[in-house]
Amino acid sequence: MTAGDPILERWQERVRAAHAARTPLAIRGGGTKAFYGEPVAGEPFDTREYAGIVDYEPTELVVTVRAGTLLADVERALASEGQMLAFEPPHFAPGATVGGTVAAGLSGPRRPYAGAVRDHMLGVRIVDGRGEALAFGGRVMKNVAGFDVTRLMTGALGTLGIVAEASIKCLPVPRVEATRAFEVSADEGIRRVNEWGGKPLPLSASCFAGGRLLVRLSGAAAAVESAIAKLGGEAVAEGAAFWASVRDHAHPFFASARDGAPVWRLSVRSTAPYADLGGETLIEWGGALRWLVAPRADAAKLRAWAWANGGHATLFSAQERAASALHPLPGPLAGLHARLRAEFDPRGILNPGRMGAVA
Amino acid sequence: MLPPSVHAQLAAILPGEALLTAPEATRPYECDGLTLFRELPAAVALPDTEAQVVAILRACHAARVPVVARGAGTGLSGGAMPHKDGVVLSLAKFRRILAIDPLARTAVVQPGVRNLAISEAAAAHNLYYAPDPSSQIACTIAGNVAENAGGVHCLKYGLTVHNVRRVRGVTIEGEVVEFGNEALDAPGYDLLALINGSEGLLAVITEITVKLTPKPQFAQVALAAFATIEAAGEAVGKVIAEGIIPGGLELMDQAATRAVEQFVHANYPLDAAAILLVESDGTPEEVSAEMADIKRVLTDSGATEIRVSKDEAQRLLFWSGRKAAFPAAGRISPDYYCIDGTIPRKALSGVLHKIAEWSAEYGLRVANVFHAGDGNLHPLILYDANVPGEADKTIAFGDRILDLCIEVGGTVTGEHGVGVEKLRGACNQFAPAELERFLGIKRAFDPHALLNPGKAVPTLARCAEFGRMHVHGGELKHAELPRY
Ligand SMILES: Cc1cc2nc3c(=O)[nH]c(=O)nc-3n(C[C@H](O)[C@H](O)[C@H](O)COP(=O)(O)OP(=O)(O)OC[C@H]3O[C@@H](n4cnc5c(N)ncnc54)[C@H](O)[C@@H]3O)c2cc1C
Repeated sequence: MTAGDPILERWQERVRAAHAARTPLAIRGGGTKAFYGEPVAGEPFDTREYAGIVDYEPTELVVTVRAGTLLADVERALASEGQMLAFEPPHFAPGATVGGTVAAGLSGPRRPYAGAVRDHMLGVRIVDGRGEALAFGGRVMKNVAGFDVTRLMTGALGTLGIVAEASIKCLPVPRVEATRAFEVSADEGIRRVNEWGGKPLPLSASCFAGGRLLVRLSGAAAAVESAIAKLGGEAVAEGAAFWASVRDHAHPFFASARDGAPVWRLSVRSTAPYADLGGETLIEWGGALRWLVAPRADAAKLRAWAWANGGHATLFSAQERAASALHPLPGPLAGLHARLRAEFDPRGILNPGRMGAVA
Repeated sequence: MLPPSVHAQLAAILPGEALLTAPEATRPYECDGLTLFRELPAAVALPDTEAQVVAILRACHAARVPVVARGAGTGLSGGAMPHKDGVVLSLAKFRRILAIDPLARTAVVQPGVRNLAISEAAAAHNLYYAPDPSSQIACTIAGNVAENAGGVHCLKYGLTVHNVRRVRGVTIEGEVVEFGNEALDAPGYDLLALINGSEGLLAVITEITVKLTPKPQFAQVALAAFATIEAAGEAVGKVIAEGIIPGGLELMDQAATRAVEQFVHANYPLDAAAILLVESDGTPEEVSAEMADIKRVLTDSGATEIRVSKDEAQRLLFWSGRKAAFPAAGRISPDYYCIDGTIPRKALSGVLHKIAEWSAEYGLRVANVFHAGDGNLHPLILYDANVPGEADKTIAFGDRILDLCIEVGGTVTGEHGVGVEKLRGACNQFAPAELERFLGIKRAFDPHALLNPGKAVPTLARCAEFGRMHVHGGELKHAELPRY
């Protein structure tokens, strides 16, 4: 770890003191994902002072960024070189930081085709619960030295360490993107995206809502054109704005959620049949992600349905919590989680309770 | 020797032919693909049901007997090398493909299934399993998961960790655990990522769900010749800079092309100092557009000759030399030692230049053949173990290359794992507090350190031993750092 950075040294001191005094710390970046996970009570620990792109070399396909950097700033820097973060991370609101993106581990519409946040993570620097500054992974594409702590930190909601810096793989922006729409039933939509997913087509996103299936095609102009010829459908103008609205939950489907209605995130086998779960459903990720806005959803029933379909159900956002946010873990996994947490944060001072019973 | 009570328990769990203890029977298991390190185990167990695996682990755990899981034994870092007082737990009998779901594009397989067998089984649905290590006809999928194996097409299609959805395993305590699921993410920490590349230290893998990928409609490979290896190295960066992510991007130097030509006749240009193989795949339209770009960049980078495969037979011919490179090294030299560092692409030509210089200094030939697109080097040091001192010289040369990889911002292992071989490298690469966290992860899964002990993560005491060795050699690196 680069010794001597004054901000990081201050972070280390602060965590050491919190460790000594058993003071819980509530880590935050831009606060755009504060609704996600369980609420945390603790002294606010704001990462935004540690900001800036440390290194970006387009030919290496890697950007190294401090946690407090605005996601938008990173995306702009990459775009100026014709590159992007292929996992299409949600912002949800202005102010999203890279640290929060990594800690939340949420990916956007391109995820099933390009991979998730964790798939693009090459290295992290963290401050763990003892106040130690540690580096894992690196800035190269392939690295199997040591356990994969980089990916372990991704999506851990800060409970294993404060993400201070991340090295992330970047990819070229597709030359051409086009969005096509199809009028279909939910079941038909699920079937089609799965069938197309098994063909060599340049799919890069899908979204079914209100009887319409939209798919995005990305790649070389000729490839996108020949895919359009095969798939048909009608052209959708303003495709970029549409996918950004799905990514950030600005799509009209989420309108009642903005007034506090609970949003459930059901991550399941892509071929799981459509089910009436007591509310409107929006289906992304080639069928593998189902959003449900359901004021009176039965948590136990949803969790049972998601589990039976190979996945899990998260109470993603809600004004009032009628259930735990995260899907409960089966016994042996819960034990492993608790022991891992104890190794990285023995006194449980980093975002205690953010992952619910898990950490 | 196993404690008699443990032997009795294993004998009760397994049929007679599935428990080996006589040295002549356990000899085939004494090493993996890295023959520099050997050890005879106390016993080899060959279960064929998960219930047997659970029972074996419980018995070994209770008696504190070390267990080393083993797939095909093709590993190149000594990861599956036995423990002298331990049991080698071979998963070789778990060879069944349990299910293929063509619509969801997944396959559920047993741990001992060979990598290539998955693609063969999926071929009927026009699908395949993307990671393709050169050892794919022999290596097992669990061995791939344990090493997070890579292959020629990983630049575009990802490593093992990117292509595995779910791993079912048994902890040393005999508890069955599932990491990941059938969805694209799972609740809690990403333990699935932790299992990938865990080198048999965290759990014994008994079932795996892999992601299948649609077969590209069409693929073409360009073979480009260069007058210097540095020029070939620079061309690699230029291809990427152009916004092209080739299906494969491999480099072979003259020593490697000449070695393979002797027995595969790939018709490589043998007067070239180095060649690049650059593959484009996708729809025919995509490939033709991308190939035009690739050819332009290679020409601008000083390629002296470019051949593009005209048909599938020629494409396979171009690749045949690359695929045969390791065995070819084995033919032109009694022994070879494969190094596996990864470096930033920009450091390629500098590092290759240094390796050539040191090759002359040590008087040991080197053939370079590697995954240039991801900066993953494989210098093959050619040596003769029967010449006194040559193995030691080879290891010293290899260590020096790995130190250089760390210095230029890379890592000591891109895909073969730390095993026993790169413990010293891991001591150099990680600070003590980082190693301590790795050991903490190990403790969380295996408090008594019984699964593959002594591999992958060096203890601080072990690093101190290496430190002293260093002082002996008079080449103490990073003298400013604290020693433990
Ligand atoms: C000619 C040749 C070419 C190669 N090319 C490549 C390449 O291109 N890319 C690449 O990445 N590697 C390559 N390798 C290295 C090797 O093939 C891979 O590391 C492979 O993944 C090992 O698989 P295996 O079944 O042989 O595992 P083994 O060698 O038997 O074991 C490897 C490790 O996995 C652990 N393990 C095995 N099975 C299990 C299980 N069921 N549960 C838990 N742990 C387990 C072992 O304990 C050990 O630590 C090559 C090797 C050779 C000999």
